[in-house]
Amino acid sequence: MKKTTYLPVAAGLALSAAGALAETPVLQVMTYDSFVTEWGPGPAVEAAFEAECACDLQFAGAGDGAALLARLQLEGPRTDADIVLGLDTSLTAAARETGLFAPHGVVADLDLPIAWTDADFLPFDWGYFAFVGNKGAAAPTSLQALADSDIRIVIQDPRSSTPGLGLLMWVKAAYGDEAAALWADLADNIVTVTPGWSEAYGMFLEGEADAVLSYTTSPAYHLIAEEDDSKVAWAFDEGHYMQVEVAGKVASTDHPELADQFLAFMVSNAVQSVIPTTNWMYPAVIPEGGLPAGFETLVAPDRALLLSSQDAAALREGALDEWRTALSR
Amino acid sequence: MAHSAVPITPRWPSVVTAVLVLLLTIGTLGAVAWRAEWAGGLAPADWAAIRFTVEQALLSAAISVILAIPVARALARRRFYGRQLLITLLGAPFLLPVIVAVFGLLAVFGRNGVLNSLLEQLGFAPVSIFGLQGVLLANVFFNLPLAIRFILQGWLSIPAERFRLVASLGAPVGRLLEWPMLRAVVPTTLLVIFLICLTSFAVALTMGGGPRATTVELAIYQAVRFDFDLGKAALLASVQFALGATAAVFALRITSENPLGTGMDRTVQRWDGARASVDGLWIMAAALFLLVPLAMVVLRGLPGMLDMPGSIWAAALRSVLVAGGAATLCVAMALTLALRGGAVASVIGVLPLAASGLVVGTGAFLIVFPFIRPADAALAITVLVNATLALPFALRAIAPAATQVRADYGRLGASLGMSGWSWMRLVVLPRMRRPLGFAAGLAAALSMGDLGVITLFAGQSEETLPLAMYRLMGAYRMEAAASAALLLLGLSLLLFWICDRWGRGNAEF
Repeated sequence: MKKTTYLPVAAGLALSAAGALAETPVLQVMTYDSFVTEWGPGPAVEAAFEAECACDLQFAGAGDGAALLARLQLEGPRTDADIVLGLDTSLTAAARETGLFAPHGVVADLDLPIAWTDADFLPFDWGYFAFVGNKGAAAPTSLQALADSDIRIVIQDPRSSTPGLGLLMWVKAAYGDEAAALWADLADNIVTVTPGWSEAYGMFLEGEADAVLSYTTSPAYHLIAEEDDSKVAWAFDEGHYMQVEVAGKVASTDHPELADQFLAFMVSNAVQSVIPTTNWMYPAVIPEGGLPAGFETLVAPDRALLLSSQDAAALREGALDEWRTALSR
Repeated sequence: MAHSAVPITPRWPSVVTAVLVLLLTIGTLGAVAWRAEWAGGLAPADWAAIRFTVEQALLSAAISVILAIPVARALARRRFYGRQLLITLLGAPFLLPVIVAVFGLLAVFGRNGVLNSLLEQLGFAPVSIFGLQGVLLANVFFNLPLAIRFILQGWLSIPAERFRLVASLGAPVGRLLEWPMLRAVVPTTLLVIFLICLTSFAVALTMGGGPRATTVELAIYQAVRFDFDLGKAALLASVQFALGATAAVFALRITSENPLGTGMDRTVQRWDGARASVDGLWIMAAALFLLVPLAMVVLRGLPGMLDMPGSIWAAALRSVLVAGGAATLCVAMALTLALRGGAVASVIGVLPLAASGLVVGTGAFLIVFPFIRPADAALAITVLVNATLALPFALRAIAPAATQVRADYGRLGASLGMSGWSWMRLVVLPRMRRPLGFAAGLAAALSMGDLGVITLFAGQSEETLPLAMYRLMGAYRMEAAASAALLLLGLSLLLFWICDRWGRGNAEF
C-alpha cells in the first residue's frame, strides 16, 4: 500500500526536478570565502547576473585565494566549477600550469595602473598593498624608513597568506638583490607574523602594533562603513606592490557561453559599481558613477609595482628563503 | 574470549570504531600520498620546524602538568561554595578556538593588556608576549585545564577508604596514595598534551613572533596550500605520526597501573592536615590565569551582541547540531574501545591526536570528491572528523572507569550469566554515567569550537559558528566577530555543562 503511493510521487518529483534542471542551467563559480559572505560582492553579483542570464548562479567558497587554487588542484579535471574567481597574480602562473583554464576572450577597457595582457585571466578588481596605521602617529615614507624606525608592525606569513606573499613580492620588486638586507633591517620592527590577514588586522585594531600590512583601501572601510577617519595608509617612495584579482574560465565547463557571459558581466558596471564598498578594492573598470565618496581621500601611490606572474613564481622560493633567514636571526 | 571472566560483549563495535579511526587518520594520509607526485625529501627548514615543534610541545606539556598537580590536589581536598562551577569554568580555555583565546590572552598580556598597564603604573618596563614565551603561555593556557581535569580525576579516584586507613595508621598520604596515583595518571596526561601541541599551528605562529616558531603543521599547510606538494605534506604528516608514536611508546612504558583497587566509590574525605592557605593560593592563581583572559573574551563580545547578522544564529544552530552528533558518535566510539580495553584500543585511542588536521581534511576531500559534491557532505564529514578528533579525550575520560567496572564487577556479572545488553544497561552504564557525561560534554564543546575540516568543505549554506566568526573577521567586522566568539564560548560551556550535569545525575559531587 505504502509503496504504490510513494513511488509515483517520488518519480514525479524526480521528473519535475530533472525538468527544472533542463530549463535553468547552473553556473558554478568557485571563489574565496569573503566574496560570498553577505557583506561581500557575492549576493549583489548573483542577483544581478541571474536577472539577465536565465540561469542559476551558485558560489562555492574556499578559504582565501591560495586555498582556492589548492582546492582546484585537488579537484583536477573533474571539477564542477565553470568559473574560478579570486586568484591573484602570484598564483596565476601555477593556475595556468594546471592546464584547466581556457582564454577569457573578453575585450574590456580596463582602468588598471599597468597594462594588462594576460589572455587567460581577467582582472575584476585590484588594490595596492600598504601599511595601515593610526592618524596622527609617525608615518614613515618608505620601506627603508620604516625599517630604520622603531615602529612596531604586524605582518602575515607569506607561506599561508596572500597579503603576506604580496609583501614578500613588494620587497623583492623594490629592492631586488638588496631584499635580504631590507628584511634584516625590518626584522626588529615586526611584532609577530600571523597565519592570515584577519588575525593581523585584529591585532592592529587592538593596539598590539602601530601598523599592519593591508591595503591602501582599508581606511575606506572605516571611513564609509564606520564613519571613522582615524586609520590611514602610508604612501611609500619605493612604490606599492599591487594585488590584481582575476577570474578565469575552466576549460572543461559544460556552459561555455554562459561562462563567457559571466566573465563579461564581471567587468560590467553592475559588478564594478559594487566592488569598492563590498570587496574594499579598486574596481577594474571605473563605474559610471565614479568611485564612491570617501575613496578620494585614499593615498594614491606614484609608482605601481607588479612582477609578471612568471617572475613572481620564479622568484618566490628564493625570496622566501631570504625572508626566513632574516627573520629567524 | 570464552575464558574471560568478564561477561561477553560483542567484538564488532570496537572493530567498527577501529576501522573508522584508521580510515580517518592513516587512510586520509594514504589518500594524500596516493595523489602526490614525489619530488624531494625534507629541506633544512623542515628539520628546523620539526626541532622547534618537539621543543615547544615538550616544554608546554611539562609546564602544564607541573602546574596542574598542585591545583588539582587543592581542588581535590577543598570544599567551598561554587567549587563545581569553578571546575567547569577552569575547563573553558581548552574548548576555545585558537583565535578567540589568542585575543583573550592579548587583552591580558599584550602591549595594551591588563598586565602591561599594571606594570607601567608601577614603573616597570612592559613585557612582550611574542616569542617562545608567548607560545608556551598560550599552550599552557589551552592545556592546563585539561591537565587539571585529568589529574583531578585521578585524585578523586583514590577510594575514601584508603585515606581513612592511611589516616588511622598515621602513614604518609603522599608516598602511599598520591604518588602511585600520579605514576598512573601523569604520563598519559603528558602524552596527550604533547600530542596536542605537536599538531598545533596557529598558536605557535601567531604568538611565536616569526618564522623561528614554524611548526610541522605550518610546513604541511604551506606544502598543500602554496606549493601543492602533496608528497611533502604526506611526508611531514608521517613525521608527525612517528613523533607521536615515539612519545606514546615512551609514555606507556613509564605508566604504571593504578594499584589502589576499589572502594565504595565515595569522594574523598581527608584526615591529613594539609594547609588550607597553600591550596587557596594555587586555586586563586589558576583561576586568575585562566579566567581573566576568558573575562576579556566576554567583555570584548558584549558590545556587539545585538548587532550580529542573522546568519550567525543559523550557523550557531548548525554548530549545536554538529556538536550533538559528534558527541554522541564520539562517546559511542569511546565506549566500544574502553570496554574492549587492551593495547590496541589505547593505540587507536591516541592516533587521532597525532594526525595533521589539514591532511585529514585534504585526504577526506580526495576520498569523498569522486562520489559526492563536497558541500553536500560537509556537515556529515565534520561530525565524523570531530567525533574522531575528540575520541582520545573521551577515551581518556572513560577508560579508567571501564577498566574499573570490568575488574570490580566482571566476575560477578559472569557468575550471574549476564551478557550483552543487560550487562551494559544494569552494570556498565550506571557505573560510568559520570565519566560518560564528562566525555560527551568535552566532545560536544570541542566540536563546537573546531574550525578544521569544515573550511575545506563548506559552501555558503553549511557554515558553522567558528567559520562564520572567521568570515566576519575577514570582512573587517571585528566587533561582530568578537560577539560571535562570545556566543561560541557561551554555547560551548552550556553544552559541556548540560552533558556533565547529566553525568553527575543528582549526586552531590
